[in-house]
Formats: sequence, structure tokens, C-alpha cells
Amino acid sequence: MLVIRRDLVDAMVAHARRDHPDEACGVIAGPAGTDSPERFIPMDNAERSPTFYRFDAAEQLKVWREMDANDEVPVVVYHSHTATEAYPSRTDVSFAGEPDAHYVLVSTRDPVEHEVRSYRIVDGVVTEEPVKIIEP
Amino acid sequence: MAVTVSIPTILRTHTGGEKSVAAEGSTLAEVIESLETNHGGLKARLVKEGVLHRFVNVYVNDEDVRFAGGLEAAVKDGDNVTILPAVAGG
Repeated sequence: MLVIRRDLVDAMVAHARRDHPDEACGVIAGPAGTDSPERFIPMDNAERSPTFYRFDAAEQLKVWREMDANDEVPVVVYHSHTATEAYPSRTDVSFAGEPDAHYVLVSTRDPVEHEVRSYRIVDGVVTEEPVKIIEP
Repeated sequence: MAVTVSIPTILRTHTGGEKSVAAEGSTLAEVIESLETNHGGLKARLVKEGVLHRFVNVYVNDEDVRFAGGLEAAVKDGDNVTILPAVAGG
């Protein structure tokens, strides 16, 4: 189960809406060992595409080094789907390289209603998990 | 040339859980061969058909090796090689 503060969910949705129709992506870092997302880090989608996303490699190195220095890990890795449901695509599964992360998908295909769902992706296997939103 | 290589979580099964390991080489290709000698299985996770796998980013110090010769990227004594999973999808 992903337990996450409402303001962090709102921040992911706002980022996804802002970049729509391109896919938006980012991470939420949290202290190692806590499984608790705390620090919202929107990333550039280097692809600037409605069907693909990729963290900019230089930005990713900088952010991953900051997390290392803070003893943080990427608790959430999120991206948006702008025309399809919030379910991992085949490409998402093939790239999933953070076995301890919650992969959050935000769908902005509906202009009003958004969809936020979370998954574990380990060794090519996708497992959906409940999302518990808590008030900050 | 002795270098330090940072290993991401997903590849630490090949290093007995170690976050950072020592390796030798004057190019990235040689460093990867040296890693493979001590941590079997790593090479196949990094290289496919003679080029770096698209699922990983490799940096020598702060430089993405894709812009520095790929597997032929030069490595000097004391350099830090960082491997990160590419975060991407559709």
C-alpha cells in the first residue's frame, strides 16, 4: 500500500495537468527505510512527448546524488498518461528499474476527472496496490 | 587505473548488496570487464550487442558517457563511475 499526503498527490496531478498533453514525470523522495514520500521533485521529460517520458540523464544524476547525500530514496516514481488509463504500459514495465519504488500513474485523459493509481513493478511483474491518502 | 563504481539498488544482487565497488580499467568497457570478473552477471545488465543497454545511464564523474564515447569513454585513476537505472517509459 502507498500511504501519501494529499498535498503530494495534488502536486503530481497539478504537474500532470500543466504538462498535458505531454507526459509529466518526477519522483517523491523519502528517508531511506521509511517508505514515506516526503520531498516532491518534478523532473523534466526529456522526450517532451504525449506517449513517452524519460528523465533527463544529467538532472537525474543531480537529483539522485542529492537523495544519496540526504539519505533519501525515490519512494515514488510518477508519470502521467495523457490519453490512456493510469496503468503501466509495456515500455513502463521494461524500464522499471527501482524495485523498491511505488510507481504512480496519473491519467489526465479526462479534462476534469483525474485517475491516480500505484503499482510495484519487480522483475517485469506489475502488482497494483491501494493508495491511502492522508491529510497533512 | 583504479576507479569506484556506484551500483544502483536493482543491480546490487550482483555485488552482494554493496552500493559501491572497486574496478580497474582505462575505458568504460575495461571497467565493465573488470566488474564482470568479480561480480558475474553485471555485464549482461549493462551491455547489449556491444553497446550500453538503453535501460541504464552510466556516468564518469558528472558526464553521461553517451556523450563521451559510450563504452570507449576514457576513465582515469580515481574516477567515479555511477550507474543509474534510466527512468523512462510510455
